[in-house]
Amino acid sequence: MAGTPLTVSVVAADHEVWSGEASMVVARTVEGQIGILPGHEPMLAILASGEVRVTLSGGEKVVAEAADGFLSVANNVVTIVARKAELV
Amino acid sequence: MGAQLRVYRQKIKSAQTTKKITRAMELISASRIQKAKARVAASTPFARAITQAVSAVATYSNVAHVLTTEPEKIERAAVVIFASDRGLAGAFSSQVLREAESLSELLRGQGKDIVYFLVGRKAVAYFSFRRRPSEQVWTGSTDQPDYETAREISDALLEAFLREADDGGVDEIHVVFNRFVSMVTQVPQVVRLLPLEVVEGVEEPGENQVLPLYEFEPDVETVLDSLLPVYIESRIFNSMLQSAAAEHAARQKAMQSASDNADKLIKDFTRLSNNARQTEITSQISEIVGGADALSSAKN
Repeated sequence: MAGTPLTVSVVAADHEVWSGEASMVVARTVEGQIGILPGHEPMLAILASGEVRVTLSGGEKVVAEAADGFLSVANNVVTIVARKAELV
Repeated sequence: MGAQLRVYRQKIKSAQTTKKITRAMELISASRIQKAKARVAASTPFARAITQAVSAVATYSNVAHVLTTEPEKIERAAVVIFASDRGLAGAFSSQVLREAESLSELLRGQGKDIVYFLVGRKAVAYFSFRRRPSEQVWTGSTDQPDYETAREISDALLEAFLREADDGGVDEIHVVFNRFVSMVTQVPQVVRLLPLEVVEGVEEPGENQVLPLYEFEPDVETVLDSLLPVYIESRIFNSMLQSAAAEHAARQKAMQSASDNADKLIKDFTRLSNNARQTEITSQISEIVGGADALSSAKN
């Protein structure tokens, strides 16, 4: 499983902010920072407002600001759903 | 100029002016449809993601939560009606109101009280003309809905939902809106928002695809508490966007046929006025000929 990259999408209420493949996602939930690598167990968490850092397979980083939302992980699909989200 | 001819000319003029208006409205709607459709499409990823999350929670079913459990006795139901602010959109508003009426009948038949939440001036006018009460109304942005309004509506709904039935709270929430099917078809649709039903239309897991057991952070109740309002909001927003796209499509179609009818009227009245003019000329000629005849026979 670890070989397959994560499929990540960052969605705001009225549009899709970013989507693509990544090797790691770091986000802030209400309980603290969490890093997600391929093969992570299914999870649903409440996001605290803050940065979501997506590390692409090539090593580049995409940073988005998200507030008021959720992080869901299932089958290597990471969805960050926030009422407000934008790329930084 | 003969009286008949003048009447025809007036009618032609009036049909031409009407046609100018309807044509302009048709073009405006046509240009806005694309934008409205794009907004529906843009809001779909959010709705889909939220719906997947909600169905994940619902599948993880040993959670008893006020929003997911069915109350034993439903005393009062809320019905949210999405109509339009302006008319001249064919059957758009009336078909959604008709659908709402039949839903009301059904609910009343089950012994439930109904409170109405209205969106759009046409729905408000319909209710105030019949002197029927409504809980709350929103007007002014049905053709270009914004998220703020959706949030206001869902806040009001949730507030009513969480209130006890004895204090006038509701136990059930239905929405009625026009779903945009295509440029020529808009179908009024009834959806029960709360208590949750399996959501149709949005991707459901395939048969051999098992929904995984989720881990929740911080815990299930908290996640549910904050997930469900967002879910309702996104459903309401989606309904508003659908309704807006449907409104533009309905208006474009209505205005197109109005323009076509105006064209036909203009053509018919032009024929009639030509006819009247010709009759007038003919009678003038025969008068002159008759007069000349009389003169020449008087000389002899």
